Amino acid sequence: MLKRSTFKSSYLPYLLILPQVIVTLTFFYWPAVQGLIQSFLLSDPFGQSSKFVWFYNYKEIFTDPLYLRSILTTFIFSIAVASVSITLGLFIATMANRALKATALVRTLLIWPYAVAPAISGVLWLFLLHPSYGIVALGIKAWLGIDWNPVLKGTDAMAMITMASAWKQISYNFVFFMAGLQAIPKSLIEAAAIDGASPFTRFWTITFPLLSPTFFFLSVMNIIYSFFETFGVIHTVTQGGPGGSTNILVYKVYQDGFVGLNLGSSSAQSVVLMTLIVVITFLQFRYVEKKVQYTG
Amino acid sequence: MVEKTPILDTFTYVFLIIGILIVGFPIIYSLIAATLPLAEVSQVPMPLIPGDQFMVNMTDAWTRGNLGNQIFNSFIMATGITFGKIAVSIIGAFSIVYFDYRLRVVAFASVFCTLMLPVEVRIMPTYEVAANVLGPMQATWDALHLNSLVSWFTGNDFEMHLNWSLLDSYTGLILPLIASATCTFLFRQFFLTVPEELCEAAKMDGASPMTFFFKILLPLSKTNIAALIVIEFVYGYNQYLWPLLITTNPDMTTAVIGLKDLIPQADDLPEWNVALGGALMVMLPPVLVVLSMQRWFVKGLIEKEK
Repeated sequence: MLKRSTFKSSYLPYLLILPQVIVTLTFFYWPAVQGLIQSFLLSDPFGQSSKFVWFYNYKEIFTDPLYLRSILTTFIFSIAVASVSITLGLFIATMANRALKATALVRTLLIWPYAVAPAISGVLWLFLLHPSYGIVALGIKAWLGIDWNPVLKGTDAMAMITMASAWKQISYNFVFFMAGLQAIPKSLIEAAAIDGASPFTRFWTITFPLLSPTFFFLSVMNIIYSFFETFGVIHTVTQGGPGGSTNILVYKVYQDGFVGLNLGSSSAQSVVLMTLIVVITFLQFRYVEKKVQYTG
Repeated sequence: MVEKTPILDTFTYVFLIIGILIVGFPIIYSLIAATLPLAEVSQVPMPLIPGDQFMVNMTDAWTRGNLGNQIFNSFIMATGITFGKIAVSIIGAFSIVYFDYRLRVVAFASVFCTLMLPVEVRIMPTYEVAANVLGPMQATWDALHLNSLVSWFTGNDFEMHLNWSLLDSYTGLILPLIASATCTFLFRQFFLTVPEELCEAAKMDGASPMTFFFKILLPLSKTNIAALIVIEFVYGYNQYLWPLLITTNPDMTTAVIGLKDLIPQADDLPEWNVALGGALMVMLPPVLVVLSMQRWFVKGLIEKEK
């Protein structure tokens, strides 16, 4: 889109967009194309020689049980993070919206974890869930009777990084649900109340369906978050272990490429991730506004 | 509320308080841990009454983790990214919205597509670019066989070597992260809502495009800029993967990464009091920014994702 009245200049618009274009070309497009080319090459670890191998790298990763497991891990992890943080965010926002008295104070108390880096959130939860010192771990052992040990057990490690990653997203989801809730016209709720609908019925038949665009949007954002931004959590807390049980795709790309110097495989994995994010972005733009109906 | 529901209201407040406690618990607990001496922090369970070792642990974390230097680095990085991003995006959006030129759509599309290329999906090649930013130019130069062309032209042997490494530098920490599709979109959306009459009036009064930009558009964008400052500062400060890749010199590491060295490993002394003290210090700047600019933060978060 463009303004009806525009300025005329033969050089100025180019000059103004130039910084943006230079940075995107150098740090986005060039590396992306390089990655794509690299994914079809097989090179020795020192980068001295490489040869064109078509889809060999892709065939390798998709027949590699470790990679397939990493895909599964990533999906379980992202769904767990999204559902924990969205449920809690929605729950707290609904409560906060009902409590009309102290909304500002409640908001202040709830939004600051957004500012905590995922890696730092990881450190805090590492302590809370530490098998010998952590108080939450103690509670889990005593009340749930689970022999909690995230250092040795994969499921426990997964639960730990899920907690650490979901915790900070609660505030993010809270902010959006709060905005969504406040945008719902009071008259709708009042009309339903006059018709005799209880607060619970009103929530499920009016509030929740009206929140569905927010809900969908947040699902996408939380999944993107857990796919990519949780790198810091994994790197500080589990380093992908124990036994690869928390080795999500992004961490594996880093491990194989930057640490293991397996350039071809790492690039192929990057391209898979790129494809995935293209699909997610497409879905987001295509469906977020349109397909979620405002009918119960 | 619509009707009186005393029981439900009580539950609402109870659940709300529980919710706030769940969200706040990790911090409260870490704060307590950071005040205890080593002997008490490693008790099971740890006592919940704050001790008097707060300053001792903080000083310990500060010196041992070299946090002063690292927080300074994080601060430079976050500030650089924030202002770089906003400056680059706002003039880019101005170009796209207020000028009609041939490559406008191409420029817009190319910015849009960067949404699909976060740093995480192009780790290795972006690192290579950072190791030599002029690499792409060199490759183009070589591909066009310009060396031989220049040699032929001047009659001498000519070879061009372009090399500029961004590793372990502030430029390297900042520059690759200042291109942002979302910020450009935000300004574009906002500029589209600015009344046409303003631009027409400015033109009639003989204002140049840049005068219009500085005198009218920039002041109008103040709230949007404030909102983005909060969001981008937090984003920049909390970056993890990129600084991890391009810094090897401990003096150039950022605080969020450096913190890892304070975490007690299996055979270390379990000095969690120091580690958590460090964690609290490192998280303080962005938390303060968010809390002090809360109104802008909420606005920025919601506007940006639209």
